[in-house]
Amino acid sequence: MKIPLIYNLRSLRQRPVATITTALGMALVVAVFIAMMALSNGFRAALARTGSTENVIMLRKGANQEMNSGLSREAARIAAGMPFVATGSDGQPLVSPETYVVVPLQRANAGGLANVVARGVSQRAFEVRKDVEIVQGRPFRSGAREVVVGTKFVERFENSGVGDTVRFGGADWTIVGHFSAGGSSFESEIWGENEQFMPVFRGQIFQSITFRMRDPTAYEGVREMLEGDSRLNVDAFREREFYVNQSTLLSQVLSFIAIFIAGIMAVGAVFGAINTMYAAVAARAPEIGVLLTLGFKRRNVLASFLVEAVMIAAIGGVIGGLLALPINGLVTSTTNWNTFSEIAFAFWVTPELLVAGLIFAVVMGVLGGFFPAWKAARQNVVDSLREA
Amino acid sequence: MKFARLVWANLFRNKRRTVLTALSVAVAFFLFGTLRSVLTTLDAAARVGSEARLVTSSASGITFVLPEAHAQRLAAQEGVKSVSWANWFGGYYQDPNDFFAQFAIKADTYLRMYPEIVIPSEERDAFLRERTAAIAGVGLMERYGWQVGQTVTLRGTIFQGDWEFVIRSTYVPENPSFGDETFFFHYEYLYERTNGGISPGWFVLELDDPSQAAAVASRIDAQFENSTAPTKTETERAWQTGFITMWGNVGFLVRAIGTAVFFAILLVAANTMIMAIRERVHEVAVMKTLGFQNGTLVGIVLAESLLITLLGGAVGLLGARLAFAGDNPMNSFFPGFGVEWSTIALGLGIAALLGLVSGAVPAWQSARLSVVQALRRVV
Repeated sequence: MKIPLIYNLRSLRQRPVATITTALGMALVVAVFIAMMALSNGFRAALARTGSTENVIMLRKGANQEMNSGLSREAARIAAGMPFVATGSDGQPLVSPETYVVVPLQRANAGGLANVVARGVSQRAFEVRKDVEIVQGRPFRSGAREVVVGTKFVERFENSGVGDTVRFGGADWTIVGHFSAGGSSFESEIWGENEQFMPVFRGQIFQSITFRMRDPTAYEGVREMLEGDSRLNVDAFREREFYVNQSTLLSQVLSFIAIFIAGIMAVGAVFGAINTMYAAVAARAPEIGVLLTLGFKRRNVLASFLVEAVMIAAIGGVIGGLLALPINGLVTSTTNWNTFSEIAFAFWVTPELLVAGLIFAVVMGVLGGFFPAWKAARQNVVDSLREA
Repeated sequence: MKFARLVWANLFRNKRRTVLTALSVAVAFFLFGTLRSVLTTLDAAARVGSEARLVTSSASGITFVLPEAHAQRLAAQEGVKSVSWANWFGGYYQDPNDFFAQFAIKADTYLRMYPEIVIPSEERDAFLRERTAAIAGVGLMERYGWQVGQTVTLRGTIFQGDWEFVIRSTYVPENPSFGDETFFFHYEYLYERTNGGISPGWFVLELDDPSQAAAVASRIDAQFENSTAPTKTETERAWQTGFITMWGNVGFLVRAIGTAVFFAILLVAANTMIMAIRERVHEVAVMKTLGFQNGTLVGIVLAESLLITLLGGAVGLLGARLAFAGDNPMNSFFPGFGVEWSTIALGLGIAALLGLVSGAVPAWQSARLSVVQALRRVV
């Protein structure tokens, strides 16, 4: 026969201070765990949303990132003429040869300099990348020293409103619009016209060429054709995969740090739970004696105390989740080591993460409650009753 | 002090509880020691950059180069003793994900300016004589099992193709924070193989009088301001700090986590002390009856909690120091990673604070304890 849960609930209320301090200790561990994982999640999500699976990006062979790459106008022309490149409503190929540079700009609130990606795109870039949308102002005009900036850039840099000017590459650029890009890392970038960026930066070379495929399922064939073309000398990737790969190293490191820190903190919290539960068992020795006399089995007593520990932990898990929840959506930034440029992203607390935090708490509860519960179950009835 | 034995005996009244509490404190301070060492190591890394040397780089940003012709104009500047330059190579050895830094350096002047790169003079000469020679840090030599005299092939990501180098020397950094996993080779080699398609990434300047650094830097930038390649000149330390701040707000993260850890353990320790005092309500009442002053009782409780947290703190902090002494995996991320004594001192200070705060509630309770009430309660 099971010992009713209400017994545990009432017992917890009997010792409010011990229950609350133990639960809060666990709550802090869970909160740190969730917060760190949300950081890692957010970073990965920002890059995982960057680019499209329907697009292909080409870089010079061996240049595993845009910054290192260099492609000629000739290559861009050849790529645009390929039969597998999708065409827009006007029959022109949807291809964007792009320049890619990193420029130092002043952060808002006197935060020092940060490296920002300045991407020179073709007018077609907004069609090639469906997610990109002007949310304020207008697109840049061809032939003008105008740029549009991502929404995450706007939050973090000085003078980034529509109509303001930014200075980089030895020239002043008028910001004519803000764009969103579905939460992707493009939102941390500045976009201008490639033909305007070329002369002030690296001369007549592009860093990457991105195009939409006519038939996205034919990707493997497309890749082989491009990489096999001796005129091009390129590596081709699905755009989405290319950006995801740039995030793996850092997001792995962040997840590792989250688990390392939360793991160590958890050990401390489990010790605390063990203390609390031992104290609970010791204080209730006569009660346990009575329970055993009434005919409850030892395994019922064990289960009951274990449940009590898990209850404390679950309270902690819920509070921890609540503590961590407000950071959801908070924008922070880090340097992506692969590109030496700053990427802004939002902490992302997912429902799965909250569940994981709760499970984490329950595991701490089971670990912390087991030995005390074991001790309770093995009590000698006569001795424990004598204490009363 | 005459109550030391009483405090000591109380500590062993419930050994399991004392040990568990001390251990949870120890674990927390292990974490504290590790986290703070990340900060101190980054700090030390920022200080590796010399304040006596200046670095001139392109005002347009880190991906831009400067014309080699700048070198002569820089050398002609008043207060500049010598000029060298370097560029970033960005290659890899076998595994593209296995990162280490490679610099193409203007060798003769560069090595003279960097006493941090400690190499035997005959190896230095051998390196200088050979166009394709390279110097690798001891850490890097170990990582790939390289030997001096061996030919190694790096694959370039910025500069295409396979590049062969003969390792002619290995250096031990003068200061561990300098890092021992860097690869240096001749700028001329890069220049020739790219058919002159390369230019210095940055210039390093040695000064006659380091105290004039700021003035020299602003004179240089003013001179190049309206040239085709404007410059940004700063002390090497400031330049390197710029790279380190790119890690993001590590300080904030560490402080936030540290605070959470502190409060989590505060709760554990306070809970334990409250339990410990609750158990001996009678004893405290009896002591009061015997004439013990409130102050003494408070002192005894605080001493006990202090002892637990200080003991736990010491174990955790020294444990961290031992764990990160010598070779450890953190070294690849943070060259010279280790727990400084200042971290241990700070940690012990925090442990003491933790002890006082967690003992405060039970100490207050025992001071306020009503003797009659306590003794009336059934044993």
